[in-house]
Amino acid sequence: MSSLTHFAALLPLDTLGHYLHWHFIEISVANFVVIVLMVFTFVAAIFAPFPGRRRRKENQ
Amino acid sequence: MTYTELERQWTTRLRRRFVRLLPPEKLLPDTQPTYVSSWIYVFGVTTLAALAVVIASGCLLALRGPQWWHTSSVGLFVNSLHLWSVEIFFFAMVVHLWGKYFMAAWRGGRALTWMTGVVTFLTSIAAAFTGYVSQSNFDSQWISTQAKDGINATGAGAYFNVLNLGQMLMWHIVLLPLAAIVLTGLHVLLVRVKGVVPPFEENVKVSQ
Repeated sequence: MSSLTHFAALLPLDTLGHYLHWHFIEISVANFVVIVLMVFTFVAAIFAPFPGRRRRKENQ
Repeated sequence: MTYTELERQWTTRLRRRFVRLLPPEKLLPDTQPTYVSSWIYVFGVTTLAALAVVIASGCLLALRGPQWWHTSSVGLFVNSLHLWSVEIFFFAMVVHLWGKYFMAAWRGGRALTWMTGVVTFLTSIAAAFTGYVSQSNFDSQWISTQAKDGINATGAGAYFNVLNLGQMLMWHIVLLPLAAIVLTGLHVLLVRVKGVVPPFEENVKVSQ
């Protein structure tokens, strides 16, 4: 068994997907996780310090 | 040919107009304004980089065909590379879209830049959809049979038949990538013409 197959065995890839239900909203856990990651990335992109920004400001 | 005749040539006029609109230092600038040094400005170029990988891996898949991408280990790898580069493409494009929306990036005569971005986003969704129905596996059969009722309900089913694999594949590898590449190129050129949109506070400083 290759290392990739061992890695795949850690995740249940051959089962039915899990879904979240909230009133009329129905979304798969996978899609929900992607949306949460996008929101996290968006917030991090706004607040995370950009390398060299302070040095550039001091030079101006 | 006289000087006046040269001046009146359409090639001369077109070249002068293009250079006036987009001089070389604007087309390929050496520096960017200070406000661009933020992670939120990184996602446009991340989308472009992902698009390059999508196209390169798609070209490899087109060269070798379905038998290869379904059975050989290298084919499966390139197939996965194509899928995951598309995932990164959409991920980065959505963060780019949110960033530009909250910056109101259509300010300062950039409406056409914004609109080309919107149309590119919609074209990319169609390209991804036709990709899903062109996989030639049970997944694509399931997606196309589920989608046909929705497409038929819009009345577009007569021209856009999701059960027609040949038609979907042609949309996926010819028409939609062509549209996406042309629109992306136009979008980037418009960004170069107008420059990257400044933050709101920069506008206030300029007006004071």
